[in-house]
Amino acid sequence: MNVVRFMVENHAQVVDLTLEHLWLVGLSTVFAMLIGIPLGIAVAHRPRLNKPVLASANVIQTIPSLALFGFLLPVPWLGERSDRLAILALTLYALLPIIRNTYTGICGVDPAVIEAGRGMGLTESQLLFQVELPLAVSVILSGVRVAVVISVGLATIAAAIGAGGLGEFIFRGLAMVDNRVILAGAIPAAMLALLADIGVGWLEKGLRTR
Amino acid sequence: MAADTATPAIEFRDVSFRVENTQVLSGFNLQVARGQTLVLLGRSGSGKTTTLKLVNRLVAPTSGEIRVNGKPNDGVEVTRLRRGIGYVIQDSGLFPHFTVEKNIGLVPKIEGWPQDRIQARIQELLHLVGLPPEISTRYPHQLSGGQRQRVGVARALAADPEILLMDEPFGALDPLTRDELQREFLLLQQRLHKTVVFVTHDLREALRIGSRIALMEAGKLVTVLTPQEFVKSSDPWAAAYVRAFGDGLDSAASRGVS
Repeated sequence: MNVVRFMVENHAQVVDLTLEHLWLVGLSTVFAMLIGIPLGIAVAHRPRLNKPVLASANVIQTIPSLALFGFLLPVPWLGERSDRLAILALTLYALLPIIRNTYTGICGVDPAVIEAGRGMGLTESQLLFQVELPLAVSVILSGVRVAVVISVGLATIAAAIGAGGLGEFIFRGLAMVDNRVILAGAIPAAMLALLADIGVGWLEKGLRTR
Repeated sequence: MAADTATPAIEFRDVSFRVENTQVLSGFNLQVARGQTLVLLGRSGSGKTTTLKLVNRLVAPTSGEIRVNGKPNDGVEVTRLRRGIGYVIQDSGLFPHFTVEKNIGLVPKIEGWPQDRIQARIQELLHLVGLPPEISTRYPHQLSGGQRQRVGVARALAADPEILLMDEPFGALDPLTRDELQREFLLLQQRLHKTVVFVTHDLREALRIGSRIALMEAGKLVTVLTPQEFVKSSDPWAAAYVRAFGDGLDSAASRGVS
């Protein structure tokens, strides 16, 4: 109950930090999709790229997030503003599930369907946009879903470098040894993760094509 | 397009094809006359499907030349070439996320036909392949195997190509449905007179629907015979086929559309 009272009393700040959090997650997810989906398509079409690309994304995933934020701090343009830095780091983490699912989704399209399309005289881009992507969309979106949920969690750590977001409450609460403050950051973050999961899941169902 | 009738619709000139170290096809020469149904008969791995794919350039020959309507088929833009050649494959290859009408209307649509003409063509084709008009809004997974294959044929015919390539189109169907589709194919062919190349390993099917049968073995063309010649042939491969399929082939070769 104390937590609730604390959140109500500080509702302006809760809302601000939630919006900041959403901004970090939203922007980084969009960037990760813009990079990851084309990469996933390229990897699916050129099997030789498969290993190096997925391996690099895997390696990024293994870097502890606090370390990655630290590494990027001295980089000139990025270091100036910590939210830039946080968005870059979150984008890097979101890449793996998006690339991997795009690759899996495109490779999962029945080769007979592709061949029929090619035999009918579709160009490669018509095949991609009219056949491969629509058939892979639900698999791709489930990758986005995983990426978003991971990002909501990771973005709390961005507060350690001053990028804002709900992590501010968590770090402040840790410093003050005050559970109310920790929970004021953790509860909205958990809710965001759940809502994002449900939201993208809903989109996924809406776009499912079979 | 309409070259004179003396020019074969499809011609293979000394075609060979190899993948890595496997010679899939060698010294292949064959002509398919306009309006003819040529059946490529042979066992699995004999190179029938490759031969078919050489025509619409899903596969490019290692050496030799394939002419379509008298012109080398690598001299035209590949999508152009393919849109002039209908292609039907075993599991129909229908787009699972498109309704029947979108499947049939796709090539006309990307060819820029006006919407009302596409709609009229879809209805015409559904009628032609014996499907009720209300089927047009269904998805492929809501159809039976025979219906899917009919839609596959309708889709291949959509832009009215002169040539039709069919790769074991009835292979996955139950015997009754297959019989029905073979009969309908013959009726259709009597009306449309397309140039058809039809791949099968079923001698009965070959005898029934082929104007000529090209027998293939291990990447080589063994012989080209009419169905009547085939059942009496002394060629060892042809005779082996006839033996394997047993009695009653004479009646199949007489091509009754009964």
